[in-house]
Amino acid sequence: MSYYINKGESVGLVGESACGKSVSALSILRLIPYPPGIIVGGEVIFNGQDLLQISEKEMRHTRGNRIAMIFQEPTTSLNPVLSIKRQLSESLELHRGMDKNTAAEESTKLLKLVGIPDAERRLENYPYQFSGGMQQRIMIAMALSCNPELLIADEPTTSVDVTVQAQLLEIMANLRSQFGTAVIIITHNLGVVARYVDRVNVMYAGQLVETATTDALYGNPMHPYTIGLLASVPRLDLSRKRKVSIIKGLPPNLARLPKGCAFQPRCEYAISRCNEEKPELKKVGKDHYSACFRSGELQK
Amino acid sequence: MARDDVLVEIENLHMYFPVTAGVLQRKVANVKAVDGISFYIKRGETLGLVGESGCGKTTTGRCILQLYEVTSGKVFFEGKDLCKLKAGEMRSMRRNMQLIFQDPYASLDPRMTAGDIIGEPMLVHHLAKGKEYKEQVAELFRMVELEPRMSDRYPHEFSGGQRQRIGIARALAVKPSLIICDEPVSALDVSIQAQVIILLMKLREEFNLTYLFIAHDLSVVRYISDRVAVMYLGRIVEITDSDELYDNPLHPYTQALLSAVPIPDPVVDRQRKRILLTGDVPSPVFPPSGCNFHPRCHRAIDSCKEHVPELRNMGGEHWVACHRV
Repeated sequence: MSYYINKGESVGLVGESACGKSVSALSILRLIPYPPGIIVGGEVIFNGQDLLQISEKEMRHTRGNRIAMIFQEPTTSLNPVLSIKRQLSESLELHRGMDKNTAAEESTKLLKLVGIPDAERRLENYPYQFSGGMQQRIMIAMALSCNPELLIADEPTTSVDVTVQAQLLEIMANLRSQFGTAVIIITHNLGVVARYVDRVNVMYAGQLVETATTDALYGNPMHPYTIGLLASVPRLDLSRKRKVSIIKGLPPNLARLPKGCAFQPRCEYAISRCNEEKPELKKVGKDHYSACFRSGELQK
Repeated sequence: MARDDVLVEIENLHMYFPVTAGVLQRKVANVKAVDGISFYIKRGETLGLVGESGCGKTTTGRCILQLYEVTSGKVFFEGKDLCKLKAGEMRSMRRNMQLIFQDPYASLDPRMTAGDIIGEPMLVHHLAKGKEYKEQVAELFRMVELEPRMSDRYPHEFSGGQRQRIGIARALAVKPSLIICDEPVSALDVSIQAQVIILLMKLREEFNLTYLFIAHDLSVVRYISDRVAVMYLGRIVEITDSDELYDNPLHPYTQALLSAVPIPDPVVDRQRKRILLTGDVPSPVFPPSGCNFHPRCHRAIDSCKEHVPELRNMGGEHWVACHRV
C-alpha cells in the first residue's frame, strides 16, 4: 500500500481490527519487532529522506524528535515507577539538549498546554494518580515536547469516554493549527474521522481500498467496503426508522487471503472478475482513489 | 406498583460499596455507585441506559439481578419485590432474567464446548434432558445464526462476534422474559456490531423479550431502544422516549454528552452546536453537593450547589432532573 501526508495535514487511517492500520504506522517509525516481522519492501519517505535506509542511530534521532506517536492505552505507555516530570523531561534533555531546570520549566508549560490544571504540582505525581483522560493528555504533551513535524495517534481515544474524547481531539486540533504539526489518526470510529481530519484512507485486509478528502469520502463513497461500513453504523442524528444494513461474514485471515479482491467474499457487488484479479487503486475523482473494478458504476 | 404492562420497576434504589482502610479494615467512606434511582421497564420494551464509565450503569443492572445485596430501595419483577426473596427463591427467579456480558472472551469458560456452554442453564434449571436437550441446543444455535455442528468446538475457535452469539444463545436457553445486555457490542468491530444489533432486535421481536440495554455508545442506544435513561454519578438525570431524547435533550449533561459524539457525516457534523465539558467525572466517594453535575455545568446557579433536583415530568413522559429547565 502507498499513501502520503502533506505538511500540516491531518489524515485518518480507518479500518477494522487486524486490517493493518497500526502495523502500517509502526513501520513508519521502524518499530516492528524483528524477528518475526520484516518490512519486505517499499519506501517511507519523510521530508525527502527514505527512513528505511538510514541507520538505527539516525532513526533514533528522528523518533520522538521529528515523528512522535501516541498509543491507545496510556496506562501501559507510561512508566508507572517514574514521576511525570521525569518522563516528560527525558525527551527534552535527550532531543533538545536542555538542562534539568529548563526541562522542568518546559514540562510545566507542556502540561498547561494540554489543559492539566495545577501543572507545577501535578508534575511531581506518578501515572496512577491521573485518570485515563489525563494520562492521555500527558502522552500528547510528551509527543509534542520536541515540536515534531508528524504526530501518529494510534486509536488515541478508544479507551476513554465520549466527553473526554471530545476534549482530547479538540486539544490535538488546536495544537495542529498552532504548530502546524501533521497528524495521522488511526481509528475505527467513523465519526472521529469525519470531525477531525482532512483526508481519509480506508484499509481492508492490509490494503488501501479507498482514499479521498473527508467530504468526498462521506458524500460519495466509491468502494463497496466504505459504502457498507457507512451504512452499518447507527447514527446519532437519524431516527430509529432508518435501518442499518450489515456487511455479511467476517474479515479474512491475513495469512489466507482470498484470491483476487480481498473483500470479494463479503461484497454484494462482486462479479466473476473480482475472483481472479486484484483491483488496483484507480482515480475516480479529484484526489479520490478506489480499488474496485466497479467503482464507476457505484457513483451516486 | 400497579400497572400490568410493567415488567420491572425500581424504586429509590441505592447501592453503596464500603471503602475500607487500615489494619482493621474499618469502613471509612462509601462509593455511592447508585444513589437513589427509580424507573420502570414495560413488557416487550427496550430501555437504554447510558452514561460515562463509573456512572453506575452496570451496578444498576446487577442490582436488578440481585447479584449484589442492595443497600436500600425496591426492585419489583412481575410485581414481586426481589430484595425480599430468599436465596433459593431468587435462584429460580433468575430463570426469567438473564445477562449478556461485554467481553465475549472473558465470559465463556474456555474449557467447555460451545454446546455445553449454551446447554448448561437448561440443566441447572432442569428444563430439558436427553434427546430433547440436544434438540434444544441445536435450535439455540440456529436462533443465533450459528451452525449446530459447531457445538463441539471450544470458545477459542470462534471469532469475537460468534462468541457474542454464543453468549446470547446461553441467555436465551432458559426462555427468559428480561435480558440485561451490558455493553453487548462495544468489544466488537464496526461491521460485526451491526450484525449483533440486528440479531438482538430480531430475537426481541420473535420472543417478545424485554431488554435493559446498557451501553456508552449513544448512537447504538438510540437505534435499539424505545426509551433511554441518562445516568450521571449514580443518578438518573433524564429519561424519555428515544427519538425525543436525541432530538430534544433538556438536561445540560445530556446536551453536552450528545454534542460530544461526532457524526459520521462531515457536512452534518459541522453544523452542530458543540458543548465541551471541562474536567473529569468527580469521584463517587465524595460526589459534589446538591446537583452533582453543577461543577461542570455551564448553566449552574448558586441554588444548584444546595438542592438535589428531582426528576420532573416536562410533558409526554419526558423526565428531567434539573432546576434550570
